[in-house]
Amino acid sequence: MDITLNHYLFLGAIIFTIGVIGIFLNKKNVIIILMSIELILLSVNINLVAFSVYLGNLSGQIFAMFTLTVAAAEAAIGLAILVAFFRNLGSIEVQKINKLKG
Amino acid sequence: MIIYSLTFYLFSTVAVFSALMVISAKNPVHSVLFLILSFVNAAGLFVLLGAEFLAMILVVVYVGAVAVLFLFVVMMLDINFVKLREGFLQYLPFGLLLGIVLIIELGILFLTKNFPNTSNFKEDYFSNFSNVENTKLIGSVLYTKYFFLFQVSGIILLVAMIGSITLTLRNKDRSKKQVISEQNTIKASKSIIKKKINLGEGI
Repeated sequence: MDITLNHYLFLGAIIFTIGVIGIFLNKKNVIIILMSIELILLSVNINLVAFSVYLGNLSGQIFAMFTLTVAAAEAAIGLAILVAFFRNLGSIEVQKINKLKG
Repeated sequence: MIIYSLTFYLFSTVAVFSALMVISAKNPVHSVLFLILSFVNAAGLFVLLGAEFLAMILVVVYVGAVAVLFLFVVMMLDINFVKLREGFLQYLPFGLLLGIVLIIELGILFLTKNFPNTSNFKEDYFSNFSNVENTKLIGSVLYTKYFFLFQVSGIILLVAMIGSITLTLRNKDRSKKQVISEQNTIKASKSIIKKKINLGEGI
């Protein structure tokens, strides 16, 4: 019972799906939605690293590093927007984020 | 190899379980802590794969910075989390349906496409394990072939930093500052008043 590339891909797929379900279930809570996005990015990283190792190509790990950078930036800006929003409205319900009438 | 398999299953089971707890925990603080557990287990999987540098980066960046940032925000904001959980059960069937469809589709994709499997990942991978440093390899590629992208990611981080500071900064006048122009326009006739004081009275 060797661990093949498919094992890692399935793990990534499961975590990705959990992240997507999390966005649907916690429709009102922006913090949980941001955490679900982090889970999705983590699953992408798992896929990239698994491919990189099994195909013997280092580019996947470099791309995983860049994904990590973007994820950190996204989390920082998302939480900053969240804090600014909470100050103005006193709540973080997604339904109330409609000032831009988008 | 059996130990490798067992370790993989241990780490991946805990990672999936904690990912489930992230989206279903009642208390968001618990969610963040389970997110940290999930990241740590993913880092363990990276070590298992032989990507030690990324594993350590994952622990430092995700657990040390991002998750703690989440923890700060969750604890600082005074939010009624019970109210935010309304509609959790209402969306559960739809979310589960979507999740099942997604995972079946991905599974079909992985099973039909034949990826090059364990060809270069067996005993000779582990024999090379000790004499090729993952960090050295990443450095030799990152600073040559991907140097431009490396710089761009630095700029992305700078923009994120400036953006989050400008979003959250409040310009309250907490400190007393000198306004030079006002000081220069002050005239002696306006700021100094001469009063005649009688002897023994005071102002």
